[in-house]
Amino acid sequence: MSRSIGVKGKRINWIIHAILIIGALIMVTPFIWMILTSLKTFGETTQVPPVIFPKKIQWHNYSDVFGTLPFLKFYWNTIITTLAKTVGQLFLCSLAAYAFARIQFPGKNVLFILMLTVLMVPGQVFLLPQYMIMVKLGWLNTLQALIVPGLFSAFGTFLLRQFFMSMPKELEEAAKLDGCNHFQIYWHIMLPLAKSGLIALAIFTALWSWNDLMWPLIVNSSPDKMTLSAGLASLQGQHLTNYSLLMAGSVLAIWPMILVFIFLQKQFIEGIALTGSK
Amino acid sequence: MNVMNTELRKGKSGIKLKAASSFKNKSKRSDWFWGYLMIAPTILGLAIFYMWPTIQTIYFSFTKWGAFGNHEWIGLENYKQLFHDPNVLKAFENTLIYTVITVPVGIILSIFIAVFLNQKIKGVSFYRTLYFLPVVTMPAAIAMVWKWLYNSDFGLINEILRSVGMKGPSWISDPDIALYSIILVAVWSSVGYNMVIFLSGLQGISKTYYEAATIDGAGPFTKFFKITLPMLTPIIFFVSIMSLINAFQVFDLILMMIGSTSNAIEETQSVVYLFYQNAFVLNNKGFAAAIAVVLLAVILVITAIQMKLQKKWVHYE
Repeated sequence: MSRSIGVKGKRINWIIHAILIIGALIMVTPFIWMILTSLKTFGETTQVPPVIFPKKIQWHNYSDVFGTLPFLKFYWNTIITTLAKTVGQLFLCSLAAYAFARIQFPGKNVLFILMLTVLMVPGQVFLLPQYMIMVKLGWLNTLQALIVPGLFSAFGTFLLRQFFMSMPKELEEAAKLDGCNHFQIYWHIMLPLAKSGLIALAIFTALWSWNDLMWPLIVNSSPDKMTLSAGLASLQGQHLTNYSLLMAGSVLAIWPMILVFIFLQKQFIEGIALTGSK
Repeated sequence: MNVMNTELRKGKSGIKLKAASSFKNKSKRSDWFWGYLMIAPTILGLAIFYMWPTIQTIYFSFTKWGAFGNHEWIGLENYKQLFHDPNVLKAFENTLIYTVITVPVGIILSIFIAVFLNQKIKGVSFYRTLYFLPVVTMPAAIAMVWKWLYNSDFGLINEILRSVGMKGPSWISDPDIALYSIILVAVWSSVGYNMVIFLSGLQGISKTYYEAATIDGAGPFTKFFKITLPMLTPIIFFVSIMSLINAFQVFDLILMMIGSTSNAIEETQSVVYLFYQNAFVLNNKGFAAAIAVVLLAVILVITAIQMKLQKKWVHYE
């Protein structure tokens, strides 16, 4: 009896594995094809029937990408933007989130609801006036154009507020008796306790910032102030059909985030699962 | 003596009260000070870059823009034009088709994968990593590699079809199917994200429900439909709201995979793509603002409907 269940269970396991493997192949093939194409000659990419592996690995496709566009600059711009936005949001959002969750002051609820309405509005609604602000400030083609509007986040504040709300009141009362002010309570007691929320927010902000396309495309048109995303768009504009070059550019643009993900997998998965439950 | 005593006591407690209330006042004032100080940067930033721009966009939607940044009030003209412009109506239709397919297919597929990954099988984290890869990959790169896979002459997909004797279509240049090709990419790239959320939801369902069901003789399908699915409904609700809002704003894939010069652009362009073209390419800013406002209205209405409907199907413990 139990043996037959075991056999049946085994067979079901095999079916599950088969389905998951087919799924995994569908997920991974585009990445493998991207890498293989990036190492082929232009001739090999347009051969029929197709060449799966390049005869000779064409590393120079990568240096060609650096030759056509200032990719090193793209890296720098993207990294600085992502870091500044992430650190800025972590600090500013957690500061506001603490106040919204733990301090009583007049007008708090109105301000909070006002902030929530920002969450509901699609990004395109802000874009035109934001762009005009950048024009007025003379910030077109600067890094601060990429960074400054992204320092403030209704989503981040809301997410962290949920965290601060769930913490026991005794903590801050004890600290208050010891003469701590709110900033000290926030900095020394609450922030360390909200670590998982902060990590989740950091992951979201970094991902969005790294991958964002429309805003960088709008504000920074000069190549030395472009991000990787916008850089890929302009690479495509210049080399419409040279796919070995385009794929090399794509590999160059995506590997850092994938590497970060592989190293911080647990945090990524937990962070994203967390926002689903809050 | 007695009187004095009570007076004294009164006085004492009076002083105490006063001290307490002044302490309270002081701490209240300190609360206010810190409260405003701590929210100030975020609230000011949101006001400057998000709230005020929303109001401005609504105002712009009633104006017409000249070549030099001058604009004049034209009332409802943009909206009238918008609802009569076949391009705009087509863009809304495209976006609607895209959303109506992408969201449910994405959710159903990711629930299935999550359920499979939740079994006691080996290599769960390996599969999870692979399915998640597209989530951390920039859409611009995803668009490029899929454009290449879809290439009708040298693309991998048509090569595979050719090898089994089939002739593949022009995936992204044939106006009849281009939108569906994009939908496929959208589902491919979002499945991993939803799957992670569902998987953590599944892990939160108490084992005792399943044990009780097993004792009652329930099979795996009964368990799935009577336990798993109802318990997941709050998460399905959350994911569907987020995916709907995202789907309505599809842009990157259309810009990078189709582009303004393609034959298929009219059959694929989304509302946000049209907004982008009008706002930043054609300098039709008033019209673009009107598109954005209509998009806002549509998203608000759909979210409101979902909120209303949730009572009917979302199961809270």
